[in-house]
Amino acid sequence: MGSDKKDDSILMSSASRRGFLTGASALGVAAAMAPSSVMAASPKKGGHFRLGLGHGSTTDSLDPATFENLYMQVVGATLRNGLTEVDQNGNLVPELAESFHASPDGRVWSFKLRQGVKFHNGKTMDSGDVIASINHHRGKDSKSAAKKLLQPIIEMKADGPNALVITLQDGNADFPYIISDYHIPIMPKMGNGVDWKSGVGTGAMVLQKYEAGVRTTMKRNPNYFKKGFGHFDSAEVITIADATARTNALTTGEIDAMDKVDLKTAHLLKRRKGLRLLEASGNQHYTFTMRCDTPPFDNVHVRQALKYSIDREAIMKTVLKGHGAIGNDHPISASSPQHASSLPQKSYDIDKAKFHLKKAGMSSLKIDLSAADSAFAGSVDAAILFKEHARPAGIDINVIREPNDGYWSKVWMQKPFCAVYWGGRPTADWMFSTAYAADAAWNDSFWQHPHFNELLLKARAELDTGKRNAMYAEMQQIVSDEGGVLIPMFANYVMAMSDKVEHGDVAANWAMDGFKAIERWWFG
Amino acid sequence: MPQLVKMVVQRLALGLLTLFVVSVIIFLGVELLPGDLTEAILGQSATPETVAAFRRELGLDLPPHTRYLEWLGNILQGDLGRSLANGREISELISWRLYNTLFLAAIAAVIAVPLALVLGVMAALHRNSLFDRVINITTLTSISFPEFFVAYILILFLSVNAGWFPSISNVGSEMPFWDRVFRCILPALTLTLVVVAHMMRMTRAAIINLLASPYIEMANLKGLTRTRIIVRHALPNALAPIINVIVINLAYLVVGVVVVEVVFVYPGMGQLLVDSVSKRDIPVVQSTSMFFAGAFVLLNLLADMLAIVTNPRLLHPK
Repeated sequence: MGSDKKDDSILMSSASRRGFLTGASALGVAAAMAPSSVMAASPKKGGHFRLGLGHGSTTDSLDPATFENLYMQVVGATLRNGLTEVDQNGNLVPELAESFHASPDGRVWSFKLRQGVKFHNGKTMDSGDVIASINHHRGKDSKSAAKKLLQPIIEMKADGPNALVITLQDGNADFPYIISDYHIPIMPKMGNGVDWKSGVGTGAMVLQKYEAGVRTTMKRNPNYFKKGFGHFDSAEVITIADATARTNALTTGEIDAMDKVDLKTAHLLKRRKGLRLLEASGNQHYTFTMRCDTPPFDNVHVRQALKYSIDREAIMKTVLKGHGAIGNDHPISASSPQHASSLPQKSYDIDKAKFHLKKAGMSSLKIDLSAADSAFAGSVDAAILFKEHARPAGIDINVIREPNDGYWSKVWMQKPFCAVYWGGRPTADWMFSTAYAADAAWNDSFWQHPHFNELLLKARAELDTGKRNAMYAEMQQIVSDEGGVLIPMFANYVMAMSDKVEHGDVAANWAMDGFKAIERWWFG
Repeated sequence: MPQLVKMVVQRLALGLLTLFVVSVIIFLGVELLPGDLTEAILGQSATPETVAAFRRELGLDLPPHTRYLEWLGNILQGDLGRSLANGREISELISWRLYNTLFLAAIAAVIAVPLALVLGVMAALHRNSLFDRVINITTLTSISFPEFFVAYILILFLSVNAGWFPSISNVGSEMPFWDRVFRCILPALTLTLVVVAHMMRMTRAAIINLLASPYIEMANLKGLTRTRIIVRHALPNALAPIINVIVINLAYLVVGVVVVEVVFVYPGMGQLLVDSVSKRDIPVVQSTSMFFAGAFVLLNLLADMLAIVTNPRLLHPK
């Protein structure tokens, strides 16, 4: 994470975001931009922290294999820990592991576990628990969203109670990142599986009561192994689905912090005394995805024509009200250390669009674009703006509003051109192998680029960071120029909190301080 | 009263039939919606493999009629089954939410019913006066606004600006009774504003309808006061239609408050039903709908019984 990167990310943020904590905070420049009081105090213990989240459903469960929304992600990250974690500054650090190292080819990973870490039920965590927790997602009958991630594991062996060795099919320098995924926390072994029902983990808080879709109450884990974390005496996470209700709850002091601030009223909320907005620009991005196996999108010039006929700035300002950054048609955000900052930004250029259309042998183009609010909030508006932007280039986009129900099964990866939401992944390899590699299950643009796929394998097994990043930069360029995914913008996580709540640097990898607000924040 | 007992038994049997039909319709309806629970839960991360494994685990790979009959067999033995989404007992999911829903409905009813009756009688008493007009316009206005708007207005004035009441009603099971009532005031007031107009106007109309009858004229000629005529002579005879409307509104307070629950973050049955439908958690949808349908059947039965008690002529239809 070089110092030149910081400057880029400040330049990319618009003036209106000055004074907020942006993703730049993850790069260590927050002190210069944020109110100084935020950073001054050192953590104090105590208090009952109430967090209102716009997620959570009565159908949720404590099984991390099915975690799908921020509510369970935050609760899960507070009750349990992973082998590794991404810290506030975006670095990968060991969590329940004490250290880890790889064989030179990146295939064999040895993890040494912390000793004497106790689960909430008093059991001491050992390698058996770790193996059971990882196996929870593997095997024929696994319904886990992490199944695919862990498929490369061919063998897991305990090396005594406090160490284990994991062997992968192919070398992967990012494996420690993968194992930090929120689906893969360490839970106590029970029988042939793990005990996920009780919510017992090693985390900063002990579960008291969990009411799916309503609230979770927790109290501090007095034996928490991580020093300097877990400051609140107790915490409560409340589902408040309605944005207005959530805002009211915060302004009337019913809760201390909330997620998903309504962007339309964010500027009004900011003016209110006693409240503070918190913004993190991470990997979350919105796309318009073209199927490269379907005409006319099988022609790279058609794809490029479309990429030049969208006014990203205007869409970002309208749909996100400026709470985001414009995209450059590759999924690696400016806050990532692997971001290729030298890549020229694509601009709204009708002449270039016309040029590429002509190269594709067309004078005009008529296409359908599917969108719905389940793709991302405001996607229909964004699609309609796109339609207006593209008209002068001779491209006629017919916007279809699809039903929200079944969007991911009936539209996404089915229709030739549709709006998609991506939470993003912490590393370039992870993101590319999830949605851009030829054989990826979610290669939603059905894109096959031999050189790209070759580079992906080469970079994954390359342990030299400089060489890897050079390859990732090249891959970003290929995706940006030739890929089937149009990425107009990255969306910030916009949260709000009472002035009483204090925090250090705020992670940008996920919302709510990388899901870990409850163990990282404190009352001033 | 043997006729009344016979009617109740008959109606209960019909009610069971209604519930059966409702359960079939609901099951078919949820089946017809695109996608199933596995796809809804796994969302973007669904792969054919994980979906298939998930379906096998939940028995969703069985044909629909098998699943329906299995559910029916269990519920006839009093077993509501488990939620597909999180494996919890449905009875446990529903019981405390049902209590919350009934609690809020009860508070709203305790405020709304007497208020509507008093306002209705007073409006009839002072027919076409300024008071009558103001009451009519006010209640009609409040019923015409969408519930969430009424709720936001109340929150703005009574909670955000005045700070008298909490803006969210996130009641918990360990909360003392009066705290719970206090937390429920704003949603109850919202519901009151929504239902009062209907009951009030029915009371007024039913009484005014009777004011032209000969026996009221007789009472007038006897020199009774207007208040006495309306409360003692007209109201008892007008009760049947009023009771009907009150009960319909009570049913509404039980089954139709999901918007108010969302705005006030109140953990009731409505939210459970909405979440379960959106995730296609069929057993929960079925059980919740059974409670809602059952509430309607029972309340309608109650309305008819009360109507007959207040007007025994109804036992002998011509």
